[in-house]
Amino acid sequence: MLVVEGLRKTFENHEVLKGVHLTVRKGEVVVIIGPSGSGKTTLLRCLNVLEIPDEGTLTIDDEQLQFTTKPSKKEMIRFRRLTGMVFQAYNLFPHMTALENVMEGPITVKRLKKHEAKEKAEQLLMKVGLKDQMHMYPFQLSGGQQQRVGIARALAMEPKVLLFDEPTSALDPELVGEVLKVMKDLANEGMTMVVVTHEMRFAREVADEVIFFDEGMMIERGHPEQLFTNPTHERTRQFLQRIQ
Amino acid sequence: MLIDPERLERLTNIAESSLLPLVKGALLYTIPLSVVTFVIGLAIALLTALARLSSMKLLQWAARAYVSAIRGTPLLVQLFIIFYGLPTIGITIDPLPAAIIGFSLNVGAYASEIIRAAILSIPKGQWEAAYSLGMDDVQTLRRIILPQAARVSVPPLSNTFISLVKDTSLASLILVAEMFRKAQEIAATNYEFLLLYTEAALIYWVICFFLSIVQGSMEKRLSRYVVR
Ligand SMILES: Nc1ncnc2c1ncn2[C@@H]1O[C@H](COP(=O)(O)OP(=O)(O)OP(=O)(O)O)[C@@H](O)[C@H]1O
Ligand SMILES: [Mg+2]
Repeated sequence: MLVVEGLRKTFENHEVLKGVHLTVRKGEVVVIIGPSGSGKTTLLRCLNVLEIPDEGTLTIDDEQLQFTTKPSKKEMIRFRRLTGMVFQAYNLFPHMTALENVMEGPITVKRLKKHEAKEKAEQLLMKVGLKDQMHMYPFQLSGGQQQRVGIARALAMEPKVLLFDEPTSALDPELVGEVLKVMKDLANEGMTMVVVTHEMRFAREVADEVIFFDEGMMIERGHPEQLFTNPTHERTRQFLQRIQ
Repeated sequence: MLIDPERLERLTNIAESSLLPLVKGALLYTIPLSVVTFVIGLAIALLTALARLSSMKLLQWAARAYVSAIRGTPLLVQLFIIFYGLPTIGITIDPLPAAIIGFSLNVGAYASEIIRAAILSIPKGQWEAAYSLGMDDVQTLRRIILPQAARVSVPPLSNTFISLVKDTSLASLILVAEMFRKAQEIAATNYEFLLLYTEAALIYWVICFFLSIVQGSMEKRLSRYVVR
């Protein structure tokens, strides 16, 4: 279970997260929607401790990280491993093949033996449908394939929560489906996921809960059907109208 | 301006007899001196670049001062300070070690700027992807950033190496028996300065020509993962 309490983050006088509270139960898929600049990316980055919040507490199962006093690098690295991140721009390592990308974390961080890491990476790449592309470099892969490598790379570290920041928004429309399919499979297998996306169909079909986020705050949360068809807040209504 | 046959024969003889000592000077001094100082220089350069990129003000400042001092003074003057200057305060260094120290410090400063720029040219997303997997700074540098920075640095570092090979001729002035000093010594006995210095120049050219071939194949190997 992931619990976020009182998360605040300010960039040079600009308060981007204004005390975020959020609970995601084990196996749940939470989709976050909201206007550009509302702080969605910043929230995910804080959960992955790529950004250090000014205040607040993160709890994942029985591990906790408090930001009221700045945690040490070691504590942050430890906590970071509980979550995995899938980036909008994939951020694959260009000097490594798909297989090496997926093996990298287990070998360097978990200190797995090479053959063990390889076996596991092959399984993961097969799972995301890239059996035939394992030995290709990122530049030889399509955007959709690259993003699936990105997902496999994050999965290889066996995170408790997987974070997705607009994983399909850099993709050509015809490639979006293959990535969403992989995410859907993960959700069905019981992966705990927090997904920032504009893919409303995905949210409807897969999310247990949708959160509308605006100006650094959670405005409203609910079951996708309820939130999309019958939002409680005026701001949510306006946002949904604009994107449909 | 015809060259009479007798003189031509004399020149040919000198060219032939001097070739072996010159090549020996290159093989025993010029090339080893270049390779050793380049390796040491690269190590210094990497540490200096990391110091400049670190968040510790003192390290940053020390690295900046070092680079500024080396780049702001002539290499020949640096060599003279080490070889002729230091003995006056009781530090005497033999010609070869003095040359190694001088050239290494020089390469270290110039190459550190190349390495620093190469590290900075790697997108921020690469650091974040590595951190996201749980890597620390050292692991991220070693596994993700430096391998990519290496590719970017090969062309400018090759230039540094080629300059270094040519600059080793300055070691002749602190009594290192490298190729150019050999040429000077032989020329002093027969006064055929044009011949011997041209011969030395040709040997430098041959060495640098091979180096640029090596550079080409390294660039090709390191860019196998980039769109062509
Ligand atoms: N490193 C930073 N320094 C300064 N300001 C930042 C930084 N990162 C984000 N911001 C600002 O914080 C605000 C929220 O940004 P964020 O990227 O979290 O929004 P978002 O909801 O993900 O938007 P989008 O839908 O466009 O991706 C923006 O105004 C942005 O300019
Ligand atoms: Mg964003």
